[in-house]
Amino acid sequence: MNTMMKKRFRLSEFLAEKLITATAFISFAFIVLIFIFVFRETLPIFSVPEAAITQEELGEQETYGDITLTDAEKASEKNEKSKAVNDEGASIKNLAGERWQPVSSKPKYGLSPLIIGSLKISLIAILFAGPIAIFAALFTAAFAPKWAKEILKPAIEILAGFPSVVIGFFALVVLATVVQDLLGLEYRLNAFVGGLALSLAVIPIIYTISEDAISAIPKSLTEASLALGATKWQTALKVILPAATPGIFAAILLGVGRAFGETMIVLMATGNAALLSANLFEPVRTMSATIGAEMAEVVFGETHYNVLFFIGSILFLFTFTLNAIAEIFVRQRLMKKFRGD
Amino acid sequence: MYPHSYTTLQPTDVRIKTEQLNIYYGKKQAIKDVSLDMLANRVTALIGPSGCGKSTYLRSLNRMNDLIENSRTEGKVLLDGVNIYDREVDVVELRKKVGMIFQKSNPFPKSIFENVAYGPRINGINDKKKLDEIVERSLKQAALWEEVKDDLAKSGLSISGGQQQRLCIARALAVDPGILLMDEPASALDPIATAKIEELIYELKNTYTIVIVTHNMQQAARVSDYTGFFYMGELIEFDETKKIFTMPAKKQTEDYITGRFG
Repeated sequence: MNTMMKKRFRLSEFLAEKLITATAFISFAFIVLIFIFVFRETLPIFSVPEAAITQEELGEQETYGDITLTDAEKASEKNEKSKAVNDEGASIKNLAGERWQPVSSKPKYGLSPLIIGSLKISLIAILFAGPIAIFAALFTAAFAPKWAKEILKPAIEILAGFPSVVIGFFALVVLATVVQDLLGLEYRLNAFVGGLALSLAVIPIIYTISEDAISAIPKSLTEASLALGATKWQTALKVILPAATPGIFAAILLGVGRAFGETMIVLMATGNAALLSANLFEPVRTMSATIGAEMAEVVFGETHYNVLFFIGSILFLFTFTLNAIAEIFVRQRLMKKFRGD
Repeated sequence: MYPHSYTTLQPTDVRIKTEQLNIYYGKKQAIKDVSLDMLANRVTALIGPSGCGKSTYLRSLNRMNDLIENSRTEGKVLLDGVNIYDREVDVVELRKKVGMIFQKSNPFPKSIFENVAYGPRINGINDKKKLDEIVERSLKQAALWEEVKDDLAKSGLSISGGQQQRLCIARALAVDPGILLMDEPASALDPIATAKIEELIYELKNTYTIVIVTHNMQQAARVSDYTGFFYMGELIEFDETKKIFTMPAKKQTEDYITGRFG
């Protein structure tokens, strides 16, 4: 064989390739490990062994002063204490409760106010952000002249990189007062203000993805519609928007995912009272804000700690499902639509 | 705007007339001083090499060039005597009278029925019975009815390329435009599908004024009554198709149709 053609080993090439491969796998591994960690920390709440609570462990009741307890009193004390210990384990029943009072002699880990809270806030945020973002996207993609498009798109996308603590601060200081004065509300910080602030974080996400979906609609469809004597507006509403539906739907799902997981804004702007109510103008506490507010103060390994991780798992599963559905919608439905199956 | 009852028009009536038409894209001039008369209920073919301006010219007849940024049109395009570039002319109304078929078939991602019903719907027709009627009539006119009548709910994109192009023709016919502009309507189709489109053009000629841009000279010779030869944005020659293809007056035309360039 000619020496020139001989296969050569290039060390730098080899190293670079391996390094890049390794980085990709390491990031993937990190994500998997975080998932495993979160789920593992959740597990203990489902396996509080009742057998572990024995009479001995309950032991003798400590008393103060010279008070001596009669046998009857002792018995009732014991009963109560054993009940209290039982309550401390977060049973399914406890988790399904209506109250969230994790720090108390009888901790209550009812998740429903938190779940309802998260849903309420996300709903408000999407109701505001959805229409605004979609119409803004429709405008930039279908109506705006080139120069306006070149300003609008990056400008709104920059909003996505806005630190959420800044949005939260703005909501806390400015928005809450304005909304309270405008609507004459009893509470300054409430679900409505939180949802409104959250929509600022959600708009760029829905906008960007919707805009991409709308821009991806072939120009030939627009031309066909206009050539039939449709107005620009008719074309946008009856041809472009329906054709982009799967992408817009995916955008909304990702927006909901963002709203659901967002912590700082809701922590600052919602009032953080774990109330179970349908009223949109009462303070509310979300799952994410609960973790954010309580994780730092919780006793490591305690039931409360595990329950917070359980909330984290729910959040993770929820957003994971939403993102997966969104992905399927964008990749498969949209492609299908233009292939025509 | 202006009534178009093509039944009263005589074949010799001029339907579309351009006078000293100049079209620019930015600084580049795409059409130079083209004056041309197109007769009612006749097929006029525009031929010429790529980039000669024939598509640009065609698109100026229903003002589709308006969509192209920094394009500019000078001169007149008279449709039944009215200059369509006049300020008072409504583009939307104009396009209802001048239908267009594109090179690449572009059905909407909707059902076959909804594709055809789109035009009537945007004109405010929502009566189901009336729409049924229009859809059937248009699909029959486009010679597609027999092939799709049982699949009207199927996606317009699920049928073959040739059928899609005929669907687009049916969609254009549904608004009863009176004039059809066709921009290389068969260039992406196989010979059988092409033959069907050509047959269709022949049929439609009875009621429609058709202007067709084509790369394919045999096609121009087969379907058209008049042919215009464009070169570098200029109309080199315009005459009866028979004459253009048998004894062209200009050397350039002869060179082109005999395949010496293009």
